[in-house]
Amino acid sequence: MERITTRMTSEDTEVRLKDLLVSGLAGDALAYHTFLKGLSAHLRGFFQRRLTGLPDEVEDLVQETLLAVHNKRETYRQDMPATSWIHAIAHYKLVDMFRRRSRSDALNEPFDDALEVFASPEDSATETRHDLVRLLALLPDRQRLPILHVKLEGLSVAETAKLTGLSEPAVKIGVHRGLIALAVKLKER
Amino acid sequence: MNTDDLVQFLATHVEPAKSRRMWPRIALTGGGGGLLALGLMLVFQGLRPDVASAVFTGPFWMKLAFPALLVLGCLVALNSIARPGAPLSGLWRWLVAPVLAVWAVAGVELYGAMPGDRSALVMGVSWAACVGSVALLSLPVLVALFWVMRQLAPTRLAVAGACAGLLAGAVGALAYALHCPETSASFLGLWYVLGMAMPLAVGALLGPRLLRW
Repeated sequence: MERITTRMTSEDTEVRLKDLLVSGLAGDALAYHTFLKGLSAHLRGFFQRRLTGLPDEVEDLVQETLLAVHNKRETYRQDMPATSWIHAIAHYKLVDMFRRRSRSDALNEPFDDALEVFASPEDSATETRHDLVRLLALLPDRQRLPILHVKLEGLSVAETAKLTGLSEPAVKIGVHRGLIALAVKLKER
Repeated sequence: MNTDDLVQFLATHVEPAKSRRMWPRIALTGGGGGLLALGLMLVFQGLRPDVASAVFTGPFWMKLAFPALLVLGCLVALNSIARPGAPLSGLWRWLVAPVLAVWAVAGVELYGAMPGDRSALVMGVSWAACVGSVALLSLPVLVALFWVMRQLAPTRLAVAGACAGLLAGAVGALAYALHCPETSASFLGLWYVLGMAMPLAVGALLGPRLLRW
């Protein structure tokens, strides 16, 4: 009985998330916001269940995956379930994190791991040590300014183009490439 | 950074995004590398001198059809490999079938030959040049394909690297086939396959390092 209930719920999730994702990809910002918000809760649960020993990594991974979902959204095709697309990305990010950790652990002092026993699991539910504005400062102007005006201040592409002297396509490209660069910076801790 | 802020940030003024097919981008980029491979072959090796008469023979087209089928199979496979969550089961058939077909023809060829002629069918006159040439000509294609795959979203990096490597090898083989004077399926089934296996192995090794996103 319980099994049936669980399956119903995940089917509901699929239908709901997929609708929001598809509307979001069509340019509906509100649907896209609701999609990402719901997605981050699912991702948090997904990573929390798999990273009981590394609570600090959970929110980092949630944010990395959100950014990846956004940057790679053109690889989603509507004839496939949204959940399998998302799961593949989340799983990839999880594996990538482990790979990265195993490499840096070999270089870092071994005490690091021992101290993690004392880290409180609920400490960082939605905050990470990354600062968006500080990360943005690492980008070149042609990417930083479009992101700053369009994504943070909420100006339109046309207004941003006028303000920065860039062409409208250059503003769009700046946002697109800047977000990809930001995803790279997010991984370089 | 607060995750809710990131969500707000990503959803602000979001541009409509079309779902894109992966293979045209892969084919276009691989084709660019292929032109470079063709140029390298023409400059350093040259077309086979008897090309004008060879185009009227079966083996000439067999040597082109074999890598061309692999190119198509690899494009079909990479189209799924580049997309998170797309099922990959069964795709290997597209890659194995052309090789098996060539081996079948080679088997018939060797079975029908006199025992003394068999080694000549397999070794040809240019076996020593074949593997290295196919592998070297595939390099520009491999570089181009890795570049484009990084912009897509492969989640199995060794598989993605291997498939990109095989595609690069098949394009290298296409270019080399225009220089190579051999006529036997036995030669094709051994030396061309080995030549394509080299970039495949290189791709499988480098994929997990270079294709991360």
